[in-house]
Amino acid sequence: MTVLAERPPAVGRPEEPEHEHGPSGLLKWITSTDHKVIGMSYMITSLVFFCLAGIMAVLIRTQLTSPDSTIVTQHAYNELFTMHGSLMLYLFAGPFAFGGLANYIVPLQVGAPDMAFPRLNALSYWLYLMGGVTMVSGFLTVGGAADFGWVGYAPLSDAVNSPGSGSDMWIVALILTGFSAIFTGVNIVATVFYLRAPGMTMFRVPIFTWNMVVTGILILIAFPVLTAALILLWCDRHIGSHIYSVAGGGVPVLWQNLFWFFGHPEVYILALPYFGMVTEVLPVFSRKPVFGYRGMIFATISIAALSTAVWAHHMFTTGVVLLPFFSLMSYLIAVPTGIKFFNWIGTMWRGSISFTTPMLFAIGFLVVFLFGGVTGVFLASPPVDFATHDTYFVVAHFHEVLFGSAVFGGFAGLYYWYPKMTGRMVRESLGKASFWFMFVGFWVTFMPQYLLGLHGMPRRIAEYATTAGWTGLNRVSSVGSYLLFISVAIMLVNFYVSWRRPVPATANPWDAHTLEWAASSPPVHHNFTWLPPVRSERPVWDFNHPDHLSVDHHQDKDRRELVGAGVAAAPSGEDWPDGTAP
Amino acid sequence: MLGGCRAPTFGAFRGSTVQGKDEFKLWVGMVIAGLVVAVLVWGLIFWTVIRYRRRHSDQIPRQFHSNAILEVIYTIIPVAIVAVIFYFTVVTENEIDAVSTHPAEIVHVLAYRWGWQFTYDSGDGKSQGVTIRTAAQPTLLAQPATSNHYPQLVLPANSTVRIVLDSADVVHGLYVAAFNFSRYAQPGVTNVFDFTTTSPGVFNGQCTQYCGLYHSEMLFSVRVASPSRFSSWMSAQQASQAQAGATS
Amino acid sequence: MKVEAKFLLFLAAFGAAVALLFWAVGLAPVYRTITGGGTIMLVAVGLLGLLPGGYYLWWSRRMTPRAEDDPEATPEQGAGVVGTFPSTSIWPFVLGLAAALVGLALVFGFWTATVGLTLAVSAIIGVVVESRRGGIH
Repeated sequence: MTVLAERPPAVGRPEEPEHEHGPSGLLKWITSTDHKVIGMSYMITSLVFFCLAGIMAVLIRTQLTSPDSTIVTQHAYNELFTMHGSLMLYLFAGPFAFGGLANYIVPLQVGAPDMAFPRLNALSYWLYLMGGVTMVSGFLTVGGAADFGWVGYAPLSDAVNSPGSGSDMWIVALILTGFSAIFTGVNIVATVFYLRAPGMTMFRVPIFTWNMVVTGILILIAFPVLTAALILLWCDRHIGSHIYSVAGGGVPVLWQNLFWFFGHPEVYILALPYFGMVTEVLPVFSRKPVFGYRGMIFATISIAALSTAVWAHHMFTTGVVLLPFFSLMSYLIAVPTGIKFFNWIGTMWRGSISFTTPMLFAIGFLVVFLFGGVTGVFLASPPVDFATHDTYFVVAHFHEVLFGSAVFGGFAGLYYWYPKMTGRMVRESLGKASFWFMFVGFWVTFMPQYLLGLHGMPRRIAEYATTAGWTGLNRVSSVGSYLLFISVAIMLVNFYVSWRRPVPATANPWDAHTLEWAASSPPVHHNFTWLPPVRSERPVWDFNHPDHLSVDHHQDKDRRELVGAGVAAAPSGEDWPDGTAP
Repeated sequence: MLGGCRAPTFGAFRGSTVQGKDEFKLWVGMVIAGLVVAVLVWGLIFWTVIRYRRRHSDQIPRQFHSNAILEVIYTIIPVAIVAVIFYFTVVTENEIDAVSTHPAEIVHVLAYRWGWQFTYDSGDGKSQGVTIRTAAQPTLLAQPATSNHYPQLVLPANSTVRIVLDSADVVHGLYVAAFNFSRYAQPGVTNVFDFTTTSPGVFNGQCTQYCGLYHSEMLFSVRVASPSRFSSWMSAQQASQAQAGATS
Repeated sequence: MKVEAKFLLFLAAFGAAVALLFWAVGLAPVYRTITGGGTIMLVAVGLLGLLPGGYYLWWSRRMTPRAEDDPEATPEQGAGVVGTFPSTSIWPFVLGLAAALVGLALVFGFWTATVGLTLAVSAIIGVVVESRRGGIH
């Protein structure tokens, strides 16, 4: 039997800890360096921030149902939209993807026993938790939480215009979570470069893991710029420097330049993992391989590369940006994104599609993200951007792409890997109900916002003229937000029910393709007691369905022979810890 | 090309300045292209999920995974679309950003927390002694932009007016929805652009770049008046402001 | 390791090319701030790809072939010790707490940093000692 672990094959049942007197309870959690524990911690923590930010969104939408509403004060409203954006982008969408699901799944998909640097991984989580708590603690300060928007433009964020420790806590929180992300990026790339299973060449690595490698590099490109910009902002606020203020010879627009050089790769850091999740779900529930595997990888790399060259499209209205350069680069990103779309459709084409909850969310992602992507192309045109910048048109666009990827794509991944991570199945009925509330709620919330922006409603306003004619659309949008709230509530109930009245999951309940499905549900300590041979990007599918390997593969014949050899090397049923042989 | 028939607006303003109308033409073109792409791809998605639903529980389809020719085609066609859109974009943005050498009026706009100040110069840069400014700190909720609590920028019709935009403190955004236009006011950067007005009308304006506590209150309006009305307005303003200056 | 090297070197080439293009087209004075900052950051992107990519390219020619780069490798070839994976450690938590306290000094004043730096030093010592022992398994 082959054991891929830190020591030569152990005698006895694989899930027994090799030391008998390990820590227990809270201490066990605090000292754990197991990527599965850390990944779970990240996911739960980020979902808590998601729910907090969601409640803020409901408050924002409720305030906007009436033009002269006074449900919240102006100051409170400004804190709400700042913290809603900050929590969603910095504390949910990113950490859920690269700290949560990627942390859990990437080592499993490459056949590794853990991440390359387990203690660094744990450090990443603690930095994230402490940073998140710091940011939210801004609400407890005298001046309230940060209220200058999630982008924190200077000079608005300087000491004159935003005094108060809530703003400083926001800055410190982002420095901490920035380092957390950087360390996770290093860990992911090192794990994939150095710890793959035998036979898993880079072009047999699953698309989700490839996307995480590219995301990891983007993290290394983008986050240091944000951290530097934040430290400079802190210096302006506290030690009298004039980096961003005209008075001392500084250049306020430098903040925007640095921030968006981080900010645009950041939105791809947020999107690429979720593209990867969808690319895992679609083939499994179409019973076909990914269409255009290499094209997907080259498209992902192109998107990441181009994303470093488009940042000033967020600054078209500043008047100091070379418009044609950034416009062209931004249009070009649509090309590899389009390739991915066609490859996703090609994956389902002539497949055998089953509409499980993860598949519904994956298809929902496709429908939603398409429209968001198209409106992004509109915004990449400076003249159109002049007319729509900082209006609800932009708000609708970025919610469509972010919600489409992080929420639809993220929930597709969450429902797909839930059995693997928890050993339980969720209730399909509740999953489908949650999906439909979310899909309908999404369109009802955000389509009116496109129109509101075109009709002239700016963003980040707490009230608007009673005669503006925006009230009706705002009310429709707010109703949509309540539907979204219900959808998330149903999902949480679903998870709770799966915990209290579990339906056990086998190792591979979905008949899925990639290596993580060769581990038990949940995986044992150090993940694998057995590995199939790796001859394609779908080693578990190849092993289970040797008569249905990918066609047109020039190693067809060789692979069938070797897969046959793999079958002979697998353990018999009673060696499996829980009797669930693949 | 679109002058003969009235194109649908797809929700946008048709543009009450020449620059706004240029933007509108590009907008319509892009929306049509975008809708064609969206309908095509949505159609493919919906067709696929309906046509290829699983019919038997043990059905395993043919395991194809690539088609090089197809992949090349759907790389090249989007690049071609991008090239066309880019061309029209550059033409339009050059039209919108072009600044005339002989404007009829020059207005210095100063954005500050939380209001606007408009100072008028004649076309050759001489001060006309007229300054319009937001009244004392507006904290009124939900008032229209045309309310007299907010300043009104009066412009002559069928003329090119140069706007010279500055900020006294943080980044603000000058936005007139009906002109399909916005531009940031930033400390240290003076932005210059033209409004080439067409027929008379009254239009709402608002600050679009979040600037702090009373950002929602930073409204203004634009009144485009026929040249004779503009002249009489200008004379009246000069008289009353000179008088106010003499008595202060 | 060749694919990894090529991916990173592609990024290096892209960063260098775009930096050059951006600098060349963005020379007008009104764009100076954006062009200056942007060019530097794009060059940095190029360097981020060049350093590890160049190293991997050089190393891939000298390293002993790995089972994961061999498309015909069998699982038996990867058996045995893969690496060191310390499975329990208090020090990441301590160091995280230390970093948060040092960070909060930027908000509340230097006194939190004194506690933080003390914890950080103890964490660093702890991790080094733990690593020398081979980590806790």
